[in-house]
Amino acid sequence: MNMKLFTAALLGSSLLCSAAHAQEATLTIESWRNDDLAIWQEKLIPAFQAAHPDIKVVFSPSAPTEYNAALNAKLDAGSAGDIITCRPFDASLDLFKNGKLADLTDLSGIENFSDVAKSAWTTDDGKQTFCVPMASVIHGFIYNKDAFRELGIEPPATEDEFFAALDKIKEDGNYIPMAMGTKDLWEAATMGYQNIGPNYWHGEEGRLALIKGEQKLTDPQWVEPFATLAKWKPYLGDGFEAQTYPDSQNLFTLGRAAIFPAGSWEISVFNTQVDFEMGAFPPPVKAAGDACYISDHTDIGIGMNAASKNPEAAKTFLTWVASPEFAEIYANALPGFFSLNSTPVKMEDPLAQEFVSWRDKCKSTIRSTYQILSRGTPNLENETWVESANVINGTVSPEDAAKKLQAGLDSWYKPAE
Amino acid sequence: MTASDAKPRKPFRWHIIVFLAPAVLVYTAIMIVPLFGTLQFSLFRNVSGGQTFVGLDNFRTLFGDPNWSRGFWNALWNNVWFFIIHMLVQNPIGILLAALLSSPKLRLSSFYRTAIFIPTILSFVIVGFAWKLILSPIWGVAPNLLDLVGLKSLFTPWLGKEEYALTALSLISVWQFVGIPMMLIYAALLSIPDEVIEAAECDGVTGMAQFWKIKLPLILPSIGIISVLTFVANFNAFDLIYSAQGALAGPNYSTDILGTFLYRAFFGFQLQVGDRNMGAAIATMMFLIILTGVCLYLFLIQTRLRRYQF
Repeated sequence: MNMKLFTAALLGSSLLCSAAHAQEATLTIESWRNDDLAIWQEKLIPAFQAAHPDIKVVFSPSAPTEYNAALNAKLDAGSAGDIITCRPFDASLDLFKNGKLADLTDLSGIENFSDVAKSAWTTDDGKQTFCVPMASVIHGFIYNKDAFRELGIEPPATEDEFFAALDKIKEDGNYIPMAMGTKDLWEAATMGYQNIGPNYWHGEEGRLALIKGEQKLTDPQWVEPFATLAKWKPYLGDGFEAQTYPDSQNLFTLGRAAIFPAGSWEISVFNTQVDFEMGAFPPPVKAAGDACYISDHTDIGIGMNAASKNPEAAKTFLTWVASPEFAEIYANALPGFFSLNSTPVKMEDPLAQEFVSWRDKCKSTIRSTYQILSRGTPNLENETWVESANVINGTVSPEDAAKKLQAGLDSWYKPAE
Repeated sequence: MTASDAKPRKPFRWHIIVFLAPAVLVYTAIMIVPLFGTLQFSLFRNVSGGQTFVGLDNFRTLFGDPNWSRGFWNALWNNVWFFIIHMLVQNPIGILLAALLSSPKLRLSSFYRTAIFIPTILSFVIVGFAWKLILSPIWGVAPNLLDLVGLKSLFTPWLGKEEYALTALSLISVWQFVGIPMMLIYAALLSIPDEVIEAAECDGVTGMAQFWKIKLPLILPSIGIISVLTFVANFNAFDLIYSAQGALAGPNYSTDILGTFLYRAFFGFQLQVGDRNMGAAIATMMFLIILTGVCLYLFLIQTRLRRYQF
């Protein structure tokens, strides 16, 4: 008798629970940003629920290296969350083409983003958008303000000033002029080639011409950044060939190096570690007064699982993510990850402000190898890592490096078709 | 018909099957089936979303397309170099250490034995990371130690130089695994009966001559086994390179061995999307290379080794 009562009670309570659930939609967010868990739970989700108390949001991240594989498996099995954090370019494009991500071209709020901002999550023809851009990272150089003051150096604006500053730091001998190594390869490509390159190939103009096949990597505007990189060699620390990325970070935060070729994601890391004042300057232009270009690389977006059971709630949530309110909370919680929203966002962090201020005076572009050009074998992005490191190591000439990249690209990429 | 025909037939010996079954089943499930799965995979290709049989096309791409074949031959040569270093450095040192350890005059021999063997049980990740730090030009102890003996000028960032990186990594691997040949040879040396040694001594064969003329021929089969183990382990190697140099096996692919080459092809890297079929083709080639090497040993060398029974 008792047992029956108990069962009935259980049944009843579970019915009640499910009834309650039906009224209140629960959205689960898939993400690789483990680090952001606290920000979502303490800041973003409460802010969203203040406006939409009927929608419950759960942020459930997985490890960055496992994210793509885990997400694909979950999507195939139908157990993935409603909201999907989107990797830029091909990984997400594949998901969209296979019908896993919903089309968000008509989402209200998507008009807050420019075409460059959306480029990482639109189809090749630019007609459909499937993720809301969340954040980008900007490349530039972070420097040790105390060291610059000590040596009487102003942040350089042109390339000549840049190398003059490096010479001066080297002559003084107290600081390693620039903290960068070539061991991990990607530093050379990402903080080197993609950092200074846009000034040479004129940002989007060159990048799109490369995709269309109107320019080649062997053209002067694509070889020159390599030639400049080759000139960096004497200014890097002893044994830079075996210096890893964490080594470079530590050299700079310990105050042993004066300049760090950086991505803005370093800001939040460096802020907690340095005890000197930091400043930042954009990649120097060739001659004073030249138009400047910066790499403002789209890195994180957020989209909707096409098989979501709560599509309306998910769209409401994404519209909120596309709003300036979200942009402001996010950009301030994670200085260095900049909102792509067209509405300017007010940020507290001075270094982040400096980085984002370049958007007003320079033209934005994204990394040249990311869209379309890294789909084949050999992979242009990987080859760019290897060749950039070779050029800085001095084992390959800039011209040969460019020739090799173009030959690799030619072997599978036929832009005319 | 004679009486002997009426002898009852032997009952079928079920217990053999029962005893073999667990090992056979487990081995089939986790080794043989995946192996054939890989071989089969290498004959297919992803065409418009479905797996299509393409015969040997993947192998034609691997050897015919310069972008693939360059990577493959580079990885294969690096792997051969990796193996040569192990054969020339690890195994002779292993034999030497074993000979020293088995000397009855050596004190603290069990301490040395343990100390030399310990790196073998360390994880590759720890070894890769520790050596990266030791050799680091910035924080490493290697530059300081060389400075102490006045040889600072010999130091270069070995892991970052194309011409040294692979050799440096091979030597790290030797450091880690020298305990295994040492242990096997040590065991073989201990199993030589005292009578043989005594007889040799009666005949006036002592010291070095005794080692070269009596002990070495007796441990040759063990040395053969160690060579095969080294060969298989080297051509399957991956972990150390991956943890020390990353999947791109820099600088300029100079440390790329078959394992890392397979990894990049199969799982992809960064923006490169993994291609399971090409990965399987490389894995098949690795399998064939190892199979050939082991067969050569079994049929050409092992049959000629003389064995002594005591």
